[in-house]
This record gives sequence, structure tokens and C-alpha cells, in this order.
Amino acid sequence: MRTDSIGNRLLNGLFKENPTFVLLLGMCPTLAVTTSAINGLGMGLTTMVVLAMSNLFISLLRNIIPDRVRIPAFIVIIASFVTIVELLLKAYIPFLYDALGIYIPLIVVNCIILGRAEAYASKNPVILSLFDGIGMGLGFSLALTIIGAVRELFGAGECFGMRIMPESYVPCSIFILAPGAFFVLAILTAIQNKIKIEGEAKGKDMSKIQSGCGVDCMNCNVEGCSDRKAAYGEKESDKKEEDLEVLELNEMVSDTVPITAEDITAINDAVNNEEVKEDTQND
Amino acid sequence: MNEKLNVSSNPHVRSKSSTQVIMLTVVIALLPAFGFGVYNFGIKALITVLITIASCVLTELLFEVFMKKPLTIGDFSAVVTGMLLGLNLPVGVPWWIGVIGGIFAILVVKMLFGGLGQNFMNPALGARCFLVISYTSIMTNFDCDAYTGATPLATLKAGGTVNIMDMIIGKTAGTIGETSMIAIVLGACLLILTGIIDLRIPGSYIVTFALFVCIFGGRGFDPAFLSAQLSGGGLMLGAFFMATDYVTRPVTKKGQYIYGIFLGIMTGIFRIFGPSAEGVSYAIILGNLLVPLIEKFTYPKAFGMGGEHI
Repeated sequence: MRTDSIGNRLLNGLFKENPTFVLLLGMCPTLAVTTSAINGLGMGLTTMVVLAMSNLFISLLRNIIPDRVRIPAFIVIIASFVTIVELLLKAYIPFLYDALGIYIPLIVVNCIILGRAEAYASKNPVILSLFDGIGMGLGFSLALTIIGAVRELFGAGECFGMRIMPESYVPCSIFILAPGAFFVLAILTAIQNKIKIEGEAKGKDMSKIQSGCGVDCMNCNVEGCSDRKAAYGEKESDKKEEDLEVLELNEMVSDTVPITAEDITAINDAVNNEEVKEDTQND
Repeated sequence: MNEKLNVSSNPHVRSKSSTQVIMLTVVIALLPAFGFGVYNFGIKALITVLITIASCVLTELLFEVFMKKPLTIGDFSAVVTGMLLGLNLPVGVPWWIGVIGGIFAILVVKMLFGGLGQNFMNPALGARCFLVISYTSIMTNFDCDAYTGATPLATLKAGGTVNIMDMIIGKTAGTIGETSMIAIVLGACLLILTGIIDLRIPGSYIVTFALFVCIFGGRGFDPAFLSAQLSGGGLMLGAFFMATDYVTRPVTKKGQYIYGIFLGIMTGIFRIFGPSAEGVSYAIILGNLLVPLIEKFTYPKAFGMGGEHI
């Protein structure tokens, strides 16, 4: 049972809720460092390590951290791991450290990490949280590597530093400048949406159907939701006959609400409120 | 029979103008500048412009066939885009620059935003800026058989002197369509006489730019410098043919003056304080981006709404 949900977590991060192409989180490193495939991969893996470790520790401490100060506590945990990773990179992979520059310390404020901590790790068991972080990190790495590869291919005629385009190809340097990041991200997201919508139209994968509330219907436990009924159709009756274990699993992951834009604003508001409170206390 | 008797409610449209007629008139108005470009730079200019036109029209056709949308190439807007883009290229560019420019103009700037009427930026200028950023060395190389060396504006920027008569006639280096002030103004007169454009945007643009040059140009009111700045570069082509683009200009009259003044100031800043000699295309693109904002603040009040009560 547990292995199944671990696989589920990994797939969720890689495809269903890919942080870059589906949730559109962490845009700052996505747009800034993906000038080449190796930079994108490096940034993605660095973030993955931080994400997995912070998810693990936040999940371990989830019953100890008081609810009111959870955001500062998360930030402290995340910042610790970012510092460790930064020092390790500086010591062992200096070329990547130079290429990523200021964006390594900025992983602290990457909203994927805070988002997963708030939406998943602070409410779910340790192993699942760890694999949630790994899945999300893999999805982020995959997206950044693809964006970086496309930009490097058109902007320099290379891929992972190897010459791909013929010698006569004149590099289109806008692709490795800032505007190119927006072009490539937008077009890749559009392609991803196109594939997904076609899949939904054919009804190939019910789990990909998203209802109006932004929550996908497979993980949704709201009874009597019209979207959910529409999504499952006749499957609704089958579901009642499912064995108890599945129901238990559903309860276990019932808080696995995918993070939405509203959640982000809520997180930001929470951070701001904490700051305001601290300020007033200082006064 | 029934259709003939049906009379719709007023106002009744009596003008014969349609998108097609307007775009054809713009094409005709561009012909003097195009013709002078071919005369000035030789047959290669003709080929370059034809390539950009073909690229634009084919891109629009293929996109609409592929996406199963109604075909709109009959309205000639893609021809106008291709022609303006071609006239904005230096004569010595390789053929694939025209192809890439045409694809970018139509596919990215126009069709992805919903086609004619939905694009927030002038497609030809968007593509020109894309090419200038991507292929800077190719796009700023104005050497050709007839001329070598810098454009008049670059010469001015470097502190040299230029021949004003040559600049007004157009016998200078530059992009294919921008060199001849006379040919451009000739085409613009046709557009003004047929009522397709009016002088609000070009007038406020050019006057603002002239004032800016007088105040900040560093040479005071110097007629030679001023007329060189006015006739050089893409100012005339931009002011009459690209700033007045129906889709990307403000619709309100007050907004059009604000838009023209903004373009004049931005062009002046780019030309006088910027690192490069030319800035018309960037100024117009920035202006395009401000159009929704300008329209929002210049929306006219309906009669009887608000205002002073006596």
C-alpha cells in the first residue's frame, strides 16, 4: 500500500502537478538560470535536495512546531539546508556555483519549497513527505532541463555543451537572453496543456481531470461535488465497492490538496502577518 | 426576396472601406518608399522585401490551415506586415533573416494573440526588434554595393557631418525603406488624403521629437542638425506607417496625442542619450504597450455623465 502511494507522489510531482508547467511556481530561477541545459539541471537537482530534506524535517517536526509560528520555523529549516547545499556546491562543483550565483541563496524563497512544506509536509507522514519532495524536485529538474536544453539549442546551437546544429547555423542569441526564457516557457506550457486537454477529451486518464476548484477530482474527497461526479461518471458506483484499505488511503492523503494560487497568496499573507505582528511587538 | 426587404436599424454603414481596401491602400502608399529602396540599393532590396512578404503570408496561411481557422490572408494585412518588415531590414541581410522575421511577426506577435485586431504590438516592429536583439551584427551592418560605412544618424552621433539634401532624397545608407523622406511623405499624403490616417499621431510625434532635440540635443536650435535628425533613420516611416497602425494605437483622440508625445520623447531619449543611434522601433513598441493604459485614462465621458453642473 505504501509503495503505491510513494510512486503516486513521484508521478504527481513529475507530471500531474509539475511545479513549473502546471503550477507555475518558482518562476524566478526558472526564467533566470536556464540559459543552458546543464545550468537548468544543476538548479533543479539543487532545489530537489533542499526540497526533499526540508520536507523530511518539517514532516518530522510537524507535531512540535506551533501553528502560529510555522512559517518562520519552515524558513529556518529551509535556510539551513540551502546554506549546507551552497557550501557543498562551492567546495565540490565550483563551476555550477559560479553559474548559478545569487540564485542558490534565493532557493530559500522559492515558493515550491514553502508551498510543499505548507500544503503537504506539515500535514503528512515522513516517508510520503520525503518522496513528495523528491517527486516535486524531479519535476522541477525535468522542466528546467527541458527549458535549458531548448534555449541552449536555439541560442547557442548546442545541447549540454555538445554541438548539435550544423556549423552554418547562426545562433539566435535572444533565446539565451531574458526574453527567450519567456518565449520557451510559454510555448512549452502551451504544448503541455494541449497534450493534457486532448488526453482529457479522450477520457484516457480520469485523474487528470481538474474541476473548477483547481483540485483534481481523484484526490478530492468532497461528497456531492458536481464536478467530481461528472469526472467519474459511472465510476462513482464502482468506487463505493472499493475495499476499506483504499478508503483508508484516501483519508490518509485527504490533505493532499494541490497548491493553488490562492494558497500562495494565503502563504504570503501569513508571512506578512507574521512580519507585521513581529513589527508591532517590537514597537 | 425577403432579404432585400429587411432593413436593419440605423446607423447604416455607407462607406465602402473594408480591411481589404484599407490594407491595399497602405500597400500602394508604401510603394514609393519601396521603389526608391530598390532604385537606391539594387535588385537585392526587391528580393529581400519579397521574401519577407512571402514568409508573412505563408505563415498566416499555414497557421490557419493547421489550426483549422478561417483563412484571413485575403485582407492583405500580412502583406502590409511583410512589406513594413522588409523595408525595415538592411539590404545586405541573408535570406533566412527575412524568413525568420516573417514567421516571428505573424506567428508569435499576431496569430498567437488572436490574429488581426488582437495583437498588442505592431508585428513588423516586434519582429524587427526580435531580429536586432538576436542577430545584432547582421542587423546593424548597413554595408552594401552602393554605400559602405555608417548611417547618417550614426555619423551624427559620432560627431561627423552629413549632407542634408542626400538624406531628404534618400541617397544614404540605411534600411531599405527608411532612407527617402520624400518617398515616404508622398505615400503618407495618399493615406492622409484617403482619410486612412490623420495627422494627430504623426504630427504630435514629430513635433515633440523636434522640440526634444532642440532642448536636449546639445546644439540648441540648429536647423542642419534638426533636419538631419528628422529625415534620418526610421522616424518618418515609423511616424506615418507604424505608429498609426489601427490595431496598436489608442482609439481616443486625446489618447492619440498623448501617444504621439510619448513616442517623440522616447525616440529623443533613445537617440540622444542611448548607446545606439536609432530608437524609433523601440519607442513605438513601448508606446504600443502603454496603449491600454492611455485608453483607460482618456475614455470620453458620455453626454450627460459627470462633469460640472451649472
